[in-house]
Amino acid sequence: MDWIKILSVVAGVMMLIFLWPAYKHWSKNSPKPEKGDWTSVLLPLLAVVGLVVLLVMSVR
Amino acid sequence: MNRYESVITGGAENSVATNKVLKNTYLLLSATLAFSAVMAMVSLYAGVQPMAYLISVIASMVLGIFVLPRTANSSAGIGVIFLITGLLGFGLGAVLSIYLSLPNGPQIIATAFGGTGVIFLGLSGYALTSKRDFSFLGGFLFAGMLVLVLAMIANIFLQIPAMSLAVSGGIIMVMSGFILFDTSRIIRGGESNYIMATYGLYLSIFNIFISLLNILSIMGGDD
Repeated sequence: MDWIKILSVVAGVMMLIFLWPAYKHWSKNSPKPEKGDWTSVLLPLLAVVGLVVLLVMSVR
Repeated sequence: MNRYESVITGGAENSVATNKVLKNTYLLLSATLAFSAVMAMVSLYAGVQPMAYLISVIASMVLGIFVLPRTANSSAGIGVIFLITGLLGFGLGAVLSIYLSLPNGPQIIATAFGGTGVIFLGLSGYALTSKRDFSFLGGFLFAGMLVLVLAMIANIFLQIPAMSLAVSGGIIMVMSGFILFDTSRIIRGGESNYIMATYGLYLSIFNIFISLLNILSIMGGDD
């Protein structure tokens, strides 16, 4: 295994160590979504998907 | 002062404090992004090896996990955030040199840069104007990131281009969610430290840019 792979794995494991406490905190303390909350997130995310598709088409 | 007046005054004070955090966050974010761009140019012209990217990411993560939270409430935090973003910018220069060697590399970089700007400004504007509470996303976003990092580690060994594409797409979605989540936390007073707020938004922008570069380079071919 070369150094780039080893460093990539180290970086990935460090990210997991960094993310785990935050995940535990937010999975316990996140408020429950109310009606319409998911729609208000999915609409802008769909717009992001559309923009990425447009960007891909522009460089092809 | 009666109770009603104190509630109104308290609300106004909170609103002023929130606006101050928001203003300071965007000022610091602009400064750190500009500093990163300068550092990226420096490493690009110095011809730094691609391994510098990984070393910079690891060093900035160590600083972000162990040093920044301890210094974020003092003026030293400003120095640490510039150090982190400078390191990431320096590493980015090494990545950009790889993309510049592609036939349509400059176009890919310019498109990813513009796309990242549009995504960040659009989502921030949406979170600011809608004033919705996106804190319910917290658990989902961190769970999504854990899954994506595990997939990323697996793909270091598997080397599947489609998986790399899927992970990059997933990162753009999750980081877009983080922009909504972080901005909503700032405007609702959930994040009162502008240095930590800047760090969160900077990481979202950085990851969206890197992932867009990856997607555009894989999908941007003529075949």
